Amino acid sequence: MKEGWKELPIGAIIKEAGSSIKFETGDWRTRKPVLNKEKCINCLFCWVFCPDSSIIVENGEMKGFLYSHCKGCGICAEECPVKAIEMVKEEV
Amino acid sequence: MKIKALTANEAMAEAMRQINPDVVAAYPITPATEIVQHFASFVADGLVTTEFVPVESEHSAMSACIGAAAAGARVMTSTASQGLALMHEVLYIAAALRLPIVICEINRALSAPINIHCDHSDTFGARDSGWIQIYSEDSQEAYDSVIQAVKIAEEAFLPVMVTADGFILSHAMQRIEVLEDEEVKEFLGEPKTPYTVLDTDNPITVGPLDLQDYFFEHKRQEAEAMRLAPPIIEKVGKEFGERFGRYYGLVDPYRLEDAEVAVVVMGSTAGTAKEVVDKLREEGKPAGLLRMRVLRPLPLKEIVENLRDKKVIGVMDRAEGMSGFGGPLYTEIRSGLYDVPSHPPLYNYIYGLGGRDIKPEEIEEIFKELFDAAAGKEIPLVNYKGVRE
Amino acid sequence: MKDIIEIRWHGRGGQGAKTAALLFGEAALDTGMYIQAFPEYGPERTGAPVQSFNRLSKKPIRIHSGITNPDIVLVLDPTLVKKVNVLEGLPEDGVIIINTSKSPQEIREELGIQGRKVFTVDAYDIAMRTIGRPIPNTPMLGALIKATGILDFEKMLESVRAKLQRKFRTRPEIVDKNIEAIKLAYQETKGEE
Repeated sequence: MKEGWKELPIGAIIKEAGSSIKFETGDWRTRKPVLNKEKCINCLFCWVFCPDSSIIVENGEMKGFLYSHCKGCGICAEECPVKAIEMVKEEV
Repeated sequence: MKIKALTANEAMAEAMRQINPDVVAAYPITPATEIVQHFASFVADGLVTTEFVPVESEHSAMSACIGAAAAGARVMTSTASQGLALMHEVLYIAAALRLPIVICEINRALSAPINIHCDHSDTFGARDSGWIQIYSEDSQEAYDSVIQAVKIAEEAFLPVMVTADGFILSHAMQRIEVLEDEEVKEFLGEPKTPYTVLDTDNPITVGPLDLQDYFFEHKRQEAEAMRLAPPIIEKVGKEFGERFGRYYGLVDPYRLEDAEVAVVVMGSTAGTAKEVVDKLREEGKPAGLLRMRVLRPLPLKEIVENLRDKKVIGVMDRAEGMSGFGGPLYTEIRSGLYDVPSHPPLYNYIYGLGGRDIKPEEIEEIFKELFDAAAGKEIPLVNYKGVRE
Repeated sequence: MKDIIEIRWHGRGGQGAKTAALLFGEAALDTGMYIQAFPEYGPERTGAPVQSFNRLSKKPIRIHSGITNPDIVLVLDPTLVKKVNVLEGLPEDGVIIINTSKSPQEIREELGIQGRKVFTVDAYDIAMRTIGRPIPNTPMLGALIKATGILDFEKMLESVRAKLQRKFRTRPEIVDKNIEAIKLAYQETKGEE
């Protein structure tokens, strides 16, 4: 339930930093990126180019995609120098 | 006459094409962007002979309009919301210089919080600038009023803004009867200008310094022009009707004659509210409606005539006046009825800010509360409809 | 016919849900009806769920509020049904038309649809066969007429053709392919037995 006018902080401020993580954009996707770990060289170009911070990296290693936010734009697949990312049709 | 499917933006741009102004200086802004965009393409395609000035801000747009109008040109522009706010200081200059400029204005909320959707705060903010203000119920009226506005401006020698509700009208396609180019041209005739700085045989100064000794007289003159504007607006609306079949006045009363409870409303909500009035009438409830088409000059006589004998009146405001006492239309109507002995009680309903949808059911609730008040129930003077408490 | 017929189109940003509503509105206007066609505006983003709307009537339309109880719902993308409640406000006797390769019976079971009339059409497949790109909006116009008979099919085609010809002045082949897509969708739209 959205807040009423008496409950909202004044000045239309948002009190919580980084709240956009709660806005899930994964369902905008019609195609999704799939990683071929065999080919991946962990150059992290995908991480640099992803406009939605949806590349999961741990200890300098590409681990996969944050599907709750990935919009399926395909920029990662396009930029991957070793073609380790494939865009596949989202299953209904 | 042609029947077309157009949005208010397209319809107003089409009217501008047919008017073929000498000069258009404009800066696009949501939700009026398309007006400028369409007009720019008319210029590019050679469909108008207009000198189109793509300026760097709305302040410059109105400044360029003033320069061109002072040179004797027929001048138009378009804007919305923040754009009109940025024009603010120049609006007063256009009016005080008595220049017949026309703005196609799309109503949009003013920031903050940032919002692109409809309310009437932007034009209410320009209420006291000396511009005639005409509000449209639908896109047909927006189109018709833009054409009339040119004529009104050139007879009153006052600038005119014609408004349409942002997105609700500006981006909604509807059936529009578009006049022939020739009909528009004939209706408007040659441009009439109060003066021109380009007549070198009769040189004049425009915009002189005007201190304690003359300023007051000039303002009194400007106020008189506004006071004399209503019959001009009515005459042009009647002439438009006689030629093209659609008549326009200062106000638009709907099933009001024998109504006991009336709402006063502006813009596209009036259409929705008319449906509600019909429904209530079918149920045998004496409901009526007064739509304010013209807000400046304030049609005082029409307010009194149409509302004086009502039992209860509700004023619907799509703006918050931040007065601490209701919306701006409310205080206007309230003041308008002050001189009526035993004037009816007036209640205010502020609604639809920032584009919040107003549904027929909500308008019905408003009427219900007003009928309750007519039956003696106590209700608050100022109410907010559709806000989350 | 009801006084005013209300239609809601569900699509994703970029799929042409707005264009579909405008094309359909104009086609209805050409048959002498009063119309409204308007999108829901927000921050427009490719892929995000969006809606657009139509009102149709034989009488002038004065109402300007949003549409909450449409008579007809069209869904331009099969994946939308996962996240968006496409049935919201659709009454018992309402019509829902979905772009999917599935049958109306399968969709009814999958979404647990009670009442209403369900129609399906594989608009992506049709668009790929004709236009060569998965643009579902024009095929859905064919499906809409097939499912509801709300306009004369030939008249609608004529109107859409004229409008597309204006839009694609330099690329007449696009017009023909879209018209072909509408015709195929009209033939291939499936209702329930």
